[in-house]
Amino acid sequence: MHDPRPALTALPLLPTGTVYGVLMNFPGELAALGESAHQPPYQSPPRAPVLYIKPANTFRTAGSSVTVPAELEAVEVGATVALVLGSGGHVAALRLLADLSEPHGNHFRPPVKARCRDGFLVVGAAVAVDSAPRPDDCVLTLTVDGQPVQNTRFDALVRPPAALLADVTEFMTLHSGDHLMLGCDRPVPLARPGQRVELSCPGLPTLAFTLTRETA
Amino acid sequence: MNANARRARVVWNGQVHDAMEAFDNPGQGLLQLDSGLRLRQGDVQWLPPLRPVARPRTILALGLNYADHAKELAFKPPTEPLAFLKGEGSLIGHDAHTLRPAGVAFMHYECELAVVVGRTARRVRPEDALDFVGGYTVANDYAIRDFLENWYRPNLRVKNRDTCTPLGPWFVPAAAVPDPQALALRTTVNGTVTQQGHTRDMIFGVADLIAHFSGFMTLEPGDLILTGTPDGVVNVQPGDVVVTEIEGIGALRNTLVDRLSANPTAHHPAQP
Repeated sequence: MHDPRPALTALPLLPTGTVYGVLMNFPGELAALGESAHQPPYQSPPRAPVLYIKPANTFRTAGSSVTVPAELEAVEVGATVALVLGSGGHVAALRLLADLSEPHGNHFRPPVKARCRDGFLVVGAAVAVDSAPRPDDCVLTLTVDGQPVQNTRFDALVRPPAALLADVTEFMTLHSGDHLMLGCDRPVPLARPGQRVELSCPGLPTLAFTLTRETA
Repeated sequence: MNANARRARVVWNGQVHDAMEAFDNPGQGLLQLDSGLRLRQGDVQWLPPLRPVARPRTILALGLNYADHAKELAFKPPTEPLAFLKGEGSLIGHDAHTLRPAGVAFMHYECELAVVVGRTARRVRPEDALDFVGGYTVANDYAIRDFLENWYRPNLRVKNRDTCTPLGPWFVPAAAVPDPQALALRTTVNGTVTQQGHTRDMIFGVADLIAHFSGFMTLEPGDLILTGTPDGVVNVQPGDVVVTEIEGIGALRNTLVDRLSANPTAHHPAQP
């Protein structure tokens, strides 16, 4: 019999479509802003999903060495899971991602420079959905130099995976190969040049990378 | 073959074709497929004039990059480029239909010079930056202001909607555009001029933008920079025909609809 599940090795190592990320999908993110979410420049808490895009220059495979720009002491390491879209709007696969950013506290303008440096998205191997855990059941462990720094659960999101997918595709189609990341819980851990970061989740391939200091 | 000819990417007779404006009669409405076949421009379906790329295409766009438009929207001109990213899924070609959703109050076009990166750019100096341009086209970066929120503003629900970024009709090689800051722009709605501007009034010009972005991210061939729009954006309605035009680059036509129908080109009879 033909097995319709794509083998692990048949899935591309890097995203072939657009990678979307979401802010404020963990309850603690908005809560941490407190009253300021109601004040300028925001005026009111977000209604629609707060989305951003990670462009292709940020993509790196697991095992990479990521260069930290010379002017940054450390980078934020956002631990997350992405839904990988297949044909017909269906979720085809799941993968772990380390979504790196320059620490930034203001969410008024799109943080292009903070999030779009070369190498700022390290991508784990994709696993077909029927071989992967349900995204809601994923429990991620992030370690820096072997020390656990964060556990992330995806069972109490502001928008659970299906709701996020519905609210995003209300105004834009997600095409085959596009990715929708489910968000990064706060506080987002920091890592520095010279450190080794590992992101793991039962049922998904572990993702590890090292940070190196940019040399002039 | 004219290296400076305006190029297109079209669907005709069941295939995608690279094509160019018939160089012996530019502006006369003839298109020559790479096979040599000549067609009337109204007889093809236009795609965004971009060759496929191996990796997802990066699309950078600028907000408030014309001093007059910043003033129109009651903003102080920014001290560094106000940029946002778009997904390739929002792009459509020339002469296509854009959905104006039911119940929105304010949807407007934005006529923009679009820069197509020609070679890998990393930490490029402004004085060298134009060497990294492959060519130019016209973008209409529609926005629906009803959905504006102050979180990562302009947010994707305003700026990254299906059908809301017409691009084309032509890819114009950089060699044919000696100075990208010397181009007049205008938009007409149903034939009436509603927006006029000039690329000399950009706050950050094409060279500055390439230097700025390549300073922190590597740009690859085929990546796009939509350089912002001048003063004069007005609300548009289903049935309106919007033409965003840039001197020497092209006139990009788009029709607003209240629902997407089966045949997007049916409204436009073949050009003479």
